[in-house]
Amino acid sequence: MAILTKDEAQALLKKVLSYSKADECEVNLNGSNNGNIRYARNAVSTSGGVSQTNLVVSSAFGKKLGVATINELDDASLEKVVRRSEELAQLAPENPEFVSFLGPQKYAESVTFVPATAAITPKLRADAVAQSLQVAKEGKLVAAGYLEDNNGFAAMMNSKGLFAYNTSTNVNFSVTMRTTDGKGSGYATRGYNDITKLDTKAVTKIAAEKGLKSAAAQAIEPGKYTVILEPAAAAVLIENIFFGLDARQADEGRSFLSKPGGKTSLGEKLVDERVTMYSDPLNPELPTSPWAGDGRPQEKVTWIDKGVVKNLTYSRYWAAKKGVKAIPSPDGVIMEGGTKSLDELIKSTKKGILVTRLWYIRNVDPQTLLLTGLTRDGTFYIENGVIKYPIKNFRFNESPVIMLNNLEELGRPERTVSVETNTNYLLPPMKIRDFNFTSLSDAV
Amino acid sequence: MKRRDFIYLTGLGATAAMLPGIPVMGHDIHPERALEKVDTTTKKRMADVALNAARSKGATYTDVRIGRYLNQYVITREDKVENIVNTESYGMGIRVIANGGWGFAATDKTDNDSIAKAADLAVAIAKENSRLLTEPVRLAPQKGYGEVAWKAPIEKNAFEVPIKEKVDLLLSVNDAAMKGGANFINSYLFMVNEQKYFASTDGSYIDQDVHRIWPTFFITKIDATSGKFETRNALSAPMGMGYEYLYARPQDKIQGITTLYKNRYDMLEDAKAAAGQATEKLTAKSVEPGKYDLILDPSHLWLTIHESTGHPTELDRVLGYEANFAGTSFLTLDKWESKKFNYGSKLVNIFADKTQVGSLGAVGYDDEGVKCGQWDIIKDGVLVNYQATRDQAHIVGLNASQGCCYADNWSSVQFQRMPNISLMAGKEKKSIDDLIKGVEKGIYIIGDGSFSIDQQRYNFQFGGQLYYEIKNGKIAGMLKDVAYQSNTQEFWNSCVGIADESDYRLGGSFFDGKGQPMQTSSVSHGSSTARFNGVNVINTARKLG
Repeated sequence: MAILTKDEAQALLKKVLSYSKADECEVNLNGSNNGNIRYARNAVSTSGGVSQTNLVVSSAFGKKLGVATINELDDASLEKVVRRSEELAQLAPENPEFVSFLGPQKYAESVTFVPATAAITPKLRADAVAQSLQVAKEGKLVAAGYLEDNNGFAAMMNSKGLFAYNTSTNVNFSVTMRTTDGKGSGYATRGYNDITKLDTKAVTKIAAEKGLKSAAAQAIEPGKYTVILEPAAAAVLIENIFFGLDARQADEGRSFLSKPGGKTSLGEKLVDERVTMYSDPLNPELPTSPWAGDGRPQEKVTWIDKGVVKNLTYSRYWAAKKGVKAIPSPDGVIMEGGTKSLDELIKSTKKGILVTRLWYIRNVDPQTLLLTGLTRDGTFYIENGVIKYPIKNFRFNESPVIMLNNLEELGRPERTVSVETNTNYLLPPMKIRDFNFTSLSDAV
Repeated sequence: MKRRDFIYLTGLGATAAMLPGIPVMGHDIHPERALEKVDTTTKKRMADVALNAARSKGATYTDVRIGRYLNQYVITREDKVENIVNTESYGMGIRVIANGGWGFAATDKTDNDSIAKAADLAVAIAKENSRLLTEPVRLAPQKGYGEVAWKAPIEKNAFEVPIKEKVDLLLSVNDAAMKGGANFINSYLFMVNEQKYFASTDGSYIDQDVHRIWPTFFITKIDATSGKFETRNALSAPMGMGYEYLYARPQDKIQGITTLYKNRYDMLEDAKAAAGQATEKLTAKSVEPGKYDLILDPSHLWLTIHESTGHPTELDRVLGYEANFAGTSFLTLDKWESKKFNYGSKLVNIFADKTQVGSLGAVGYDDEGVKCGQWDIIKDGVLVNYQATRDQAHIVGLNASQGCCYADNWSSVQFQRMPNISLMAGKEKKSIDDLIKGVEKGIYIIGDGSFSIDQQRYNFQFGGQLYYEIKNGKIAGMLKDVAYQSNTQEFWNSCVGIADESDYRLGGSFFDGKGQPMQTSSVSHGSSTARFNGVNVINTARKLG
């Protein structure tokens, strides 16, 4: 569908609000064009595209809330969806935790939209995949990969005078390169707002190199090892800290941030003092929306500052109850690092393991944020500063909180994608001591 | 992943991590509108427009799926209703073969022009992608069934039950748990109705009505002094049933250290028990790591079957189609061809069944018009078969598909998905108590918990909800901090006992994820309680700070 301009969106939302008879009304409007192409066994398997528009009307009578959604935008449909949300509100039980909608807010100018990404065609996608397949052909490897791009807009307005608008683009690409005998496998992934930064051939070459070098892996004993986590491996662990930053869970005593006697770790040192994590919607490397879905501004927030928990996320209800600022969950997370490259981190390692990807991450114990999962697609033994040989994959049981207390060194941050959630992050490679591998896996 | 196509439920609290992302596709509707149906004459007319349009553009095969997907989710915590979600998604997906390759397009506009345009697009995509093919698609032959219909044999359509009744049930469950000592409870009712219409150039016009339900809860108990907390989740199973699943009956209860449920679930009773057990967990003994004989209840074992048998026998994984995401499989074609790959002990018989009444995967026909049935996957411990779709059947020498094709929405392209995969009950008369009696040093595990397995399905780790130590044939008390790690082949070869048919129960996954973009599906796994010898158990307790 067409991406509505700010003025078009504003006019449409005003019209929707004009139909409202509720005490309060809020309208969210989103539109997106999403395209994808998937390949495996050196050939395209599926591809498709979805275009959609979604208009969501929330009507409130006192503390009773009703939500209705529609994808048609003619006047009759707009009025119908408003009426339907009002009917549902009348049917709904009273929600004692309902908080009145926000008034007007100020937002920063966003940097999330790149026209070149919005202009991607099916041909461009097929060409990008053809380049990746060429690397497979030349290297006599088996490629499987996925490219997905999105461009869209989001706007919201409410009866209290709030209006917000943003456009964004994104492209994520991932590829797995396996040797024909199935003994080696390598993976690489990249995500950008700007398609012109994506070089599928170069990314595929990284995966191909890992695939070839990981073949004929040797088994070493499970146990505690110094590891270097590439950013893609670190992402799937670090993001679990952010899933658990909710203040209410911590206050209620059911989070890794809860402490005896109803206290929390807020304001206390949680991890190594070299750890600083923040979110910033205007970061040029990882731009995100300047507002959250309920209209709250997304600002630069430091979550962990030199190892100390500085901020937690709050629902507006819980923040009001606690008398604090209601900071929304961040859309992008940035971790500060050092200046060393991955190679330099390897060079300074006497004995250790290079982990390029982690997989099937699951929470084992929410009290300690203990996670389990496995290494995958390229795990290597390091001795005296060089990669000696590929090793078989391990299962680990480790908490990212404990891990960040066992920090040895951080490298230069780079943008990466979580294979678990598809979220983009800006993270450094990190060297960790005593990382806990608990068993061996035969998987390649 | 297609996360942006979903409305994700918020406010699930601490327990959100226990559930995968809960997708709700579609737009909100008034609950009463869910009971209206689209008549088959209209659907047949729409399908014919698509079939003819695709053929005229050069498609050599076309199938059309017209889907109306209804969801109703009721979400509460303690004494509050957090959310009531009613959604509907309606539209059409058109899949074609042109120039030997697949193409797909979907539309939610149901006028003739929009349908024809979507058909054109599907053909154009097939032609564009055919230049990157290594071999043309080969479909197993499939006869047309003409105009046929299939309905899930439910007793009470959950969408007909007033929302108030559902809210009252959950709030009474919450009240019982809080009175029983719980500090927090989140409870949920997930209800799904898929009204699916399939038509293809083979001459099938298939109308199906599928129902699923999942009542569940998560209880937390906190010890304020120590700051420790424990959780206990519901022992219900998601089922391919109507609201009758919630009408408890004595004959569906298995009494023991805790009550277990067959084809009906007593949510209130389970919540009361759970509150007490979460409290008991706080002071339970932390497990001593080592080798134990495990007695695994069906409410737990379903997930081990799902991960270690279900996924590695998916033929698309075996062939490499999932290499970039979900992974491949250790059950390679040579192991199947050898006809002697020792997957498990002789007791282990695992079968696929898309017809089992009350199961999540039960349908009359799959999403490419193949009539569903059952077949062996593991026979007397040996790998004998996989799960195939029409374009894969020839690879394993089959002259017909096994009916394993599914799409989670009209807008998603169908692909190979897991049928119900179940462990056959033991042939000898044997109860849970009989199994426990023979164990010297063991752990009895009930309910599913943390789960993780590698990308070829060798190495796994599972937790549960309730763990009981077994000493010299008797239950000696509750344990905590338990997880077991094993290798699939080693684990199934350590199976030395399976309770008989009278203990057979279903467990299942309501939101199993696979593919890029990610699609969810629902699948059941049945078993009786089973014993596995000498499994490696780890202690999962850690200390922060």
